[in-house]
Amino acid sequence: MTDIQKPRAMRDTFLEAVYDEMSKDNDVFFVTADFGSPVIDRIKLDFPSRFINVGIAEQNLINISAGLALEGFKVFSYAIAPFITMRCFEQIRVNLALLSEVRKLNVNLIGVGAGYSYVVSGPTHQCYEDITLMRSMPNMQVFSISDQVMASKILPCAINNNGPKYFRLDAQILPILEHKDNISVQDGFLFRRSTKGTICLLATGYMVHTALNVSEALSQNGIETSVIDIFNLTSFNQSKLIAHLSIYSGIVSMEEGFKGRGGLDAMLFNFLLQNNMSVKLLNIGVEGSYRFEVGSRESIHEKVGIGLNSVVEKVMYFNKNLKK
Amino acid sequence: MNYKYNKDKIKELSVKAKWVWDQTLKIHRRSPETRVASSLSPIEIFVVLYYGGFLKQDPANTNWKERDRCIISKGHGSLCMYPILADLGFFSLSELDSVCMDGSFLGGIPDPVIPGYETVNGSLGHGLGVGAGIALGLKCRKRTEQVYVICGDGELHEGSNWEAIMFASQHSLSNLTLIVDNNMISMLGPTDEIISHRNLLKKFEAFGWKGFLIDDGHSVENVYKILLTASEDNATMPKIIIANTKKGNQVPGLENAPLSHVTAIKPDLIDRLLGED
Repeated sequence: MTDIQKPRAMRDTFLEAVYDEMSKDNDVFFVTADFGSPVIDRIKLDFPSRFINVGIAEQNLINISAGLALEGFKVFSYAIAPFITMRCFEQIRVNLALLSEVRKLNVNLIGVGAGYSYVVSGPTHQCYEDITLMRSMPNMQVFSISDQVMASKILPCAINNNGPKYFRLDAQILPILEHKDNISVQDGFLFRRSTKGTICLLATGYMVHTALNVSEALSQNGIETSVIDIFNLTSFNQSKLIAHLSIYSGIVSMEEGFKGRGGLDAMLFNFLLQNNMSVKLLNIGVEGSYRFEVGSRESIHEKVGIGLNSVVEKVMYFNKNLKK
Repeated sequence: MNYKYNKDKIKELSVKAKWVWDQTLKIHRRSPETRVASSLSPIEIFVVLYYGGFLKQDPANTNWKERDRCIISKGHGSLCMYPILADLGFFSLSELDSVCMDGSFLGGIPDPVIPGYETVNGSLGHGLGVGAGIALGLKCRKRTEQVYVICGDGELHEGSNWEAIMFASQHSLSNLTLIVDNNMISMLGPTDEIISHRNLLKKFEAFGWKGFLIDDGHSVENVYKILLTASEDNATMPKIIIANTKKGNQVPGLENAPLSHVTAIKPDLIDRLLGED
C-alpha cells in the first residue's frame, strides 16, 4: 500500500505504517492534540472508535494515552514536537516514564517538527531541546528519524516494545537516503557513507543529510570521512558502535539541537568516557541562544553554526589539529 | 449496584471509619512527616467506597481485569488508605508499623508499588486525566467496570484537570466518577482566598457533568446515601460528587486550621485522642 520511494514528508510514511498496524491490530489507538495530516483523515474515517482528538491539550493527550495504555492499548500520541515534549513534560515524566517502572505502557509519542523544520514559524514551533529532555528520563526510548524510508520501516520493529517511546520526526520533505543496510532498532545506527578516512561524522535526523553533504565537500578537499546515522538515542548497540568507532581518530557529533546542553553530544561524550575511548570529539550543534530571524533552513543553519559551510570549516580545522 | 440503605450497614461503616481515624493518627505518631490533616478529611469517603460495596476489587489479585479502578489523585492526603488496604487484605497489617521507615513500601506519598494503588500520585492534577483515559479504554472495549477518581479541591487549581473535565463530558464517560474531598483548604490557606471555586457543583454541571453533593462528608450515612444515588444513576455523562469535609477532622487545633496541611500533631495529643495516655 505504501509507496515509500515517492518523496514525501516522513510523518506521512510513518503514519501510514501506523495505519497498517491499526488495520491489523484492534489494540492500536490513535490520539492527537488537534494536529492532522491526510493519513490521519483516513485513520479517523476507517477506525473511528480508536481515534480521538483531545483538542489543543497536550497534558491531557499524555494522560489519556497513559490511561488507554494501562488498559492494554498500544497508543500513538501525535502533536507538534515542542508541544508534545515540553508542554506536558511532567505528564510524560510521571505517567509514562515513572509509571512504566511498574506498569507496561506502550505509548508512542510522535513529535513532528524536529529542529528548525518549522522554519518560518519561529522558536515556539521549533524544537532544539527535545533530545535532551526525552533522554533525561529513564524508561523513555528516543528515536530520531532521518528519512521517510526509516520512518516507515522503524515502526513495525518498535511497536512490540512495551515501553514509552518518542519518535522525533522532521516536518519537511527530505531527500530519500540510500538504504543499503536493513534498519535494526537494536543496532540503532547505520553507515550512510563508509570510507577509509580517519574521521567519522555521527549525525542524527536532518543532520544526516548535512553530514553527507559535508562528507562530499570534504572529500573534494582531500579529506575522507565516514557518516553514521544514529537514530536510536537511548539503547543503541554499544559494543557494535565501539567496534566501528575504534578505527577513527576523530568523531564529529552533528545534531539540530542546542550544542553542549545535554543532547547527542553529551550522549557521545558519556559513551566515549564510559568505554575509555581516547578518540577526539568535535560537537556540532546549535550555537548561541533562541533567534527570531526569519530565513531559509539553510541560512538559519549557517547562522547557528550547523550549516554545510560552517561544518566543513569546523571539520577541516578539527582535522588539522588531529594531525598535530 | 444493588446495595440498599440499611442501618446496620451504616453502623458497621461508622465503626470502621473510627478505626481508620485511629490508625491514621497512629501512623502519623510514628511518622510525623506525613500529611495528616488532608488524610483525615477523606476517611469516610474511602471507608464507604471500599467497605460499602461500591468498589469491586480483589485484594489477592490487584491486576484482576474485572476490578473497578480507583485512582487516588490526592496522594499525600490518602494516608488513611493504608489501614483500609491492609485491613482488606491488600497487604499485611504489620506493614503499618513501618510507614516511612527504611525498606518499607509505604511512603509519605503512596506509589503504585503499593498493592491497591493504580497510578503514580502525589504530583497533583494527574489522576483525573489518566482516569479518563482508563474510562475511555474500558468503554472502547465495552466493559462495565467503573472508574473512581478522588481528588482535593485545592488540586482542582491544576489546569490539567479542566482539560480532562472537558474531555470526559465530550466523550460521555458515564463510567467515570470524580469525588472531590472538598475540605476548602490548600497548603497556604483557604482555597477561597487563593482561587475560589465559587460554586464548584454548578461549574461541573456547566461542563456537562452530572452533579451530586454530600453536605457532610463526615457523616457515613450521608456519604453512603449519595454514593448509592450516584451509582444507581443512569446518566450518560460523567459524575461529580462533591463531599464537604473538614481538613484535620476532629483534631483540636488542626481541624479547619488554615495551615493544617503542613502541621503535625503533637504525640501527647494523639495519645490523649486515642485514650492511650
